Amino acid sequence: MVFDVHSQVLHEVDELAWELLRSGLNTYAEAVEKLGSRFGTADIAGALGEITALRARGLLYAPDPHADYDPPPPLVKALCLNVAHHCNLACRYCFAAAPEAAAKLMPKATARRAVDYLLAASGARRHVEIDFFGGEPLLNFPVIRDTVEYARRRGKAVGKEVGFTVTTNGLLLTPEIIRFLLNNRVNVVLSLDGRPEVHDRLRHTVRGQGSHAASLTRIRQFVSAWRQWDGPRGYYYLRGTFTRHNLDFADDFCYLVDQGFDKISLEPVVSLPCTDYGLREEDLAEIRYEYQRLADIYLELARQNAGLRFFHFQIDLDEGPCLPKRLAGCGAGHAYLAVDAEGDLYPCHQFIGREEFLMGNVFTAELRYDLVEHFRHAHVYTKEGCVRCWAKFLCSGGCHAHAYLENRSVLKPSRLGCALMRARLEAALYVQAAKNTPTAR
Amino acid sequence: MGKHIRTINRRALAERKVVACGECQTSCQSACKTSCTVGNQFCLKEKKN
Repeated sequence: MVFDVHSQVLHEVDELAWELLRSGLNTYAEAVEKLGSRFGTADIAGALGEITALRARGLLYAPDPHADYDPPPPLVKALCLNVAHHCNLACRYCFAAAPEAAAKLMPKATARRAVDYLLAASGARRHVEIDFFGGEPLLNFPVIRDTVEYARRRGKAVGKEVGFTVTTNGLLLTPEIIRFLLNNRVNVVLSLDGRPEVHDRLRHTVRGQGSHAASLTRIRQFVSAWRQWDGPRGYYYLRGTFTRHNLDFADDFCYLVDQGFDKISLEPVVSLPCTDYGLREEDLAEIRYEYQRLADIYLELARQNAGLRFFHFQIDLDEGPCLPKRLAGCGAGHAYLAVDAEGDLYPCHQFIGREEFLMGNVFTAELRYDLVEHFRHAHVYTKEGCVRCWAKFLCSGGCHAHAYLENRSVLKPSRLGCALMRARLEAALYVQAAKNTPTAR
Repeated sequence: MGKHIRTINRRALAERKVVACGECQTSCQSACKTSCTVGNQFCLKEKKN
């Protein structure tokens, strides 16, 4: 397979074309001299002709479309509301882990003010988003319910459509809450790490007991209701975290499929390597192998279930995001902000509580200009190592918070995070190719 | 479709008609939430389902 970075076009090539592209052989004479002993001259001429034609169409060797990239002006379009800085679990790897004394729930008035701020700060953008996050956001369900209703009402008044997502461990899902989420087309991300022993190793109740069985029961109830729902509904995804303790995470994917789930995402844990569960450089070969194994398993299972999705293999080569979106990335700090229980604004949920990243407050609605500019200018043309990376238009420079965690700079991506991303994207491109041709292996 | 190279996409990124409308989903509001994969988002205006 050959992936042309700047056109984002994927090609399946035979051995001759691969050799020509790999060696950079452009002329017939050069190619015959180097490859004439292995390939016929007519074939060499033909392959060179195909390469020339694709280059002329901008599908091979496409130039960098935005080497002089200047990001657009800042415009907020999404808020992550940390409605509950508190949790009914005490997962060891959680970045939001807080002592009981620091637990806080966002008041209704603060959430409403955040909605007002979003609607005002989003300018002409019609689609805006609110994500309910925590901790465990359902600990503050009354505020979620009020916020959804308020945002719908206020959004309609100003001609905006507000989309909602909630990320939950599922433990507090009740028939009433499930009905509310479905009825209001809330996207629901359900946290479950996979096999019971994998989940329970790191995801404990506050009393130190495993939470897998209880989460699975509630999550099943939600997914069952989601399937039976007649009207418009949001999406659901089952989201797991893999760590150093389950580098065989393809088995967790299989487990989740066996439990009847078909929208699945598994994420590498964000952690420093000094923890027992944190991923390390020495794990990379095994993780890369595992993504490839997962790709083959996914392709096989997807043949039996057309609705099966693995989030990170869902790259759409034709209808994916446009180039400006790929350059803007997650938008943390200028298009996407997180709000804590007091209404304080941070670049994203992972920066909450870090004083140096406090950007403002929804009640004053003024943002620290220097931080906005810093994040707005953190993109693939300014981040260390991105310009030369083949994955730059797929990952958009990676997670700022991960970069900061590892290198104390959002402009210096996590080296390990980049390697994981490339391993995952290679598998994703392979899946796309295999779906389009049974011979691409 | 060539004998030696088979192009999988129907079109290149530069051939997109709708760009920079700012209406698509924020990448980290999705099922990734910490890994910021943007390539697997979809364009709200081009994808119909």
